[in-house]
Amino acid sequence: MLEIKNLHASINGKEILKGLSLSVKPGEIHAIMGPNGSGKSTLSSVITGNPAFEVTQGSVVFEGKDLQEMAPEERANEGIFLSFQYPVEIPGVSMVNFMRTAINEQRKYRELPPISATDFLRIMREKKALVEMDNKLTNRSVNEGFSGGEKKRNEIFQMAMLEPKLAILDETDSGLDIDALRIVAHGVNKLKSPENATIVITHYQRLLEYIIPDYVHVLHDGRIVKSGGKELALELEARGYDWIKQEVAV
Amino acid sequence: MEKQYIDLYKTHHSLIKQHAAPVMNESRDASFALFEKLGFPTTKLENYKYTDLKEVLSLDYGLNVRRLDFPVDPYQAFKCDVPGIQSYLYFVVNDAFYPEYNEQNAELPKEVIVCSLKEAAEKYPDLVAKYYGRLSTQKQDGLVAFNGAFAQDGFFMYVPKNVQLDRPVQLVNIMRADVDFMANAHNLIILEEGAKAQLLVCDHTVDDVRFVSNRVTEVFVAENATYEHYKLENTHIKTTNLSTLLIEQQASSNVLGNVITLHNGLTRNSIEIALNGENCETELCGMVIADKKQQVDNFTSVLHNMPNCHSNELFKYVLDDVSKGAFTGSLYVAKDAQKTRAYQTNRNILLNRTAKMRTKPQLEIYADDVKCSHGATIGQLDEQAMFYMRTRGIPYEEARLLLMFAFTADVIDNIRIPALADRMKMLVEKRLRGELSKCEGCTICQ
Repeated sequence: MLEIKNLHASINGKEILKGLSLSVKPGEIHAIMGPNGSGKSTLSSVITGNPAFEVTQGSVVFEGKDLQEMAPEERANEGIFLSFQYPVEIPGVSMVNFMRTAINEQRKYRELPPISATDFLRIMREKKALVEMDNKLTNRSVNEGFSGGEKKRNEIFQMAMLEPKLAILDETDSGLDIDALRIVAHGVNKLKSPENATIVITHYQRLLEYIIPDYVHVLHDGRIVKSGGKELALELEARGYDWIKQEVAV
Repeated sequence: MEKQYIDLYKTHHSLIKQHAAPVMNESRDASFALFEKLGFPTTKLENYKYTDLKEVLSLDYGLNVRRLDFPVDPYQAFKCDVPGIQSYLYFVVNDAFYPEYNEQNAELPKEVIVCSLKEAAEKYPDLVAKYYGRLSTQKQDGLVAFNGAFAQDGFFMYVPKNVQLDRPVQLVNIMRADVDFMANAHNLIILEEGAKAQLLVCDHTVDDVRFVSNRVTEVFVAENATYEHYKLENTHIKTTNLSTLLIEQQASSNVLGNVITLHNGLTRNSIEIALNGENCETELCGMVIADKKQQVDNFTSVLHNMPNCHSNELFKYVLDDVSKGAFTGSLYVAKDAQKTRAYQTNRNILLNRTAKMRTKPQLEIYADDVKCSHGATIGQLDEQAMFYMRTRGIPYEEARLLLMFAFTADVIDNIRIPALADRMKMLVEKRLRGELSKCEGCTICQ
């Protein structure tokens, strides 16, 4: 589904990713862990096409299509979703209008007619229930005045609405209390199917108690330096990242 | 540049007076003398430094001092931009009130007077004399003085004590001429104690000639009265719209001004609101959407002359291409105007590197127990918000549009007529999409 080969990417001339390779197949959950500054968020930005980052080398191919040729909105409509570490507030744009525009753009891309008002409201209701999101929130502007937890829930709500093939959860657990964490993880697990894949980017192993990964990768200095099963996450939790840094240095 | 008008007045002042009501003629010579002294405003004046009128005012324009009829049927020509508002509808063509009776206005309460200023000055000379020129003749402003010298007619509205209009009054200003043309209308609006009225002023142009309209509107809002003034400008690129709005508020009155420029050529709105009684509420807002070579200058002053008043000002501009915007927010708090609360915000988005914005908050506070704030920003669309929306599949252009629309939303939220607010959302969206904001089948706003 997703093939990343020897990816180099930089921001403002500073190289962050230095030859990263990763292969994700349908139905898989990959966890990417690593210390601060190792390039985790850069990876999600590059996959989704953030114009602030420049790919200098390597390739990112999603379902046979070269992503570098595509605008962020095309990537999204192809089925890539990013749950932001810091969701952006957009004052004046209502959640309802935002979501309806997004859904209809996706439908247009797939050559489907715009969604009917009743269908839209029904789906909104269902998906809100999934992440136990308050009705009040969808009547407000996008993320405006939302608490940290509400913002993260809103990300998963949008993910549920858009039903992506590949979801990237960037530090979705940061700033969540244990109840919110459980709700978010429950939402993600509910949306899981053999056809879609998930990349969980996280600093801690906490979220991985709820979303069980098939693979765990350790990112260090812009490269994946170690991969393993879910037990690798536990080892990282117990021992920290220093031993990996030492292993790499040797 | 002034000379042709000075000569015109000297040669034809008796003709001008002959075609105007005596009440309007009383201050005419004095206004002319003031204009002769001041001339047209230049960029050397602090209050006009952002808008150069020299080029447009040096051209030759026709004036209709003989008050000849301009053949136009506004009902034919004008399809309202705001259907569903069910207003009491009136037209001023150039500077002449359109006299035909309109069925739509049948339910206007009998005690309310809406007519031409000339007619009002003839029929109710005492009423008009009490108010006419009371604010405008105090102004040391070349354009206002010019208007005082040349204005012969305009729109008149009188809402007596405790009469509250249930529907908005709509005034459609239509500029119509076969040659480059200048009109000097003077509007007078009087609300007595406890009265309530909403006025929607729509500015339109019909013909493909150069227009200058130099309008002065005086509004008197008595104690406990409520007045809402909406101005929607949708004129063509060859129009120079010089508009002076002078409002006087008495105690416990409530005024909302909302000035929206959707399409224009060169616009200068001078708005002055004097709070001359305690406990006044004033909301003044505006929006500008400009591109090409359009210019819009909103020059506002709020005068807190009395204690315990509250004013709030909000102006937003979206500028593209080589358009120019200017905003001045002059706020004056008199020495004894304690407990004043006055707030001001001006936010601007430049869509490219060639558009220009000049903004100037100007606070003069002589009282020591007040709350005042001002803020002005000039920036671009939020790149992070753009990216966020695009990761949800919303294309670049659409995301941009949503952000611009969101940016202007709080000005529209300040419209207290729901039908007008809904319509305005549509007009703004169409305008931002690059379509001219006109109605289906409208022949006016070409």
